[in-house]
Amino acid sequence: MAEKPRLKLPKEAKKGDVIEIKTLMPHIMESGQRKDKDGKTIPRKIINKFTAEFNGKPVFSANLDPAIAANPYLQFSAKVEESGTFKFTWTDDDGSVISAEEKITVG
Amino acid sequence: MRQLSRRAALAFGAGGAALTIVGWDRPAFAAAKEAADEIAKFTGGKTAAKAKVSIELPEIAENGNTVPLAVSIDAPMTAENYVSEVLVVAEGNPNPGVATFHFSPMSGKAEASTRIRLATTQNIVVVAKTSKGEFFTGQKLVKVTIGGCGG
Repeated sequence: MAEKPRLKLPKEAKKGDVIEIKTLMPHIMESGQRKDKDGKTIPRKIINKFTAEFNGKPVFSANLDPAIAANPYLQFSAKVEESGTFKFTWTDDDGSVISAEEKITVG
Repeated sequence: MRQLSRRAALAFGAGGAALTIVGWDRPAFAAAKEAADEIAKFTGGKTAAKAKVSIELPEIAENGNTVPLAVSIDAPMTAENYVSEVLVVAEGNPNPGVATFHFSPMSGKAEASTRIRLATTQNIVVVAKTSKGEFFTGQKLVKVTIGGCGG
């Protein structure tokens, strides 16, 4: 899981704007439904939780099930009233957490 | 009866390089009741009004391994009254759960998009909960062409 998430959001916005945020995390999202060539079930390994915070306050989060496609993509909105930092986290079934941050200037 | 329910789908990963074979080993329709149970758990047994929920999905998904889904709830997003949670379930998958989205007044809009896996032709059901404890629902049928991506 050395892969880096991809983020797309504006660098600048006006106060009160609702901006669009796109995120993509490279990940196999192994469903736990597949079998290997010996007929053994391949254990489930997915990103089960995503969170987005702005200046420490929750904006959006998602609990994900194995029905989310590989390389989980999430698009959502945020209403920005002040400049600050978005923090995104992805939690793996194995307990590891990957996070990423992006700043936005609100004028 | 097991072999009847085996589905194999070929899918190309985002990079186009990864080729994956998916085998579902439970009857697809088994999840319909589980989906209803999951919704009942989410609403606490309350009836959800068939309103305000828009679901964007292709009518026909050739590749069930990555189907674009967009959900939007036509409701206010103020500190006093906002859409707090949105449950997405798939009636025909081996497990009905797809995702639960959590919104806040800072979300601005109760809208989210992702890409989902669908084992077979089925209904996708979305249930939204507001901060006032109201529930709204909508559903959409997606036809899934198994192995339809040149496999």
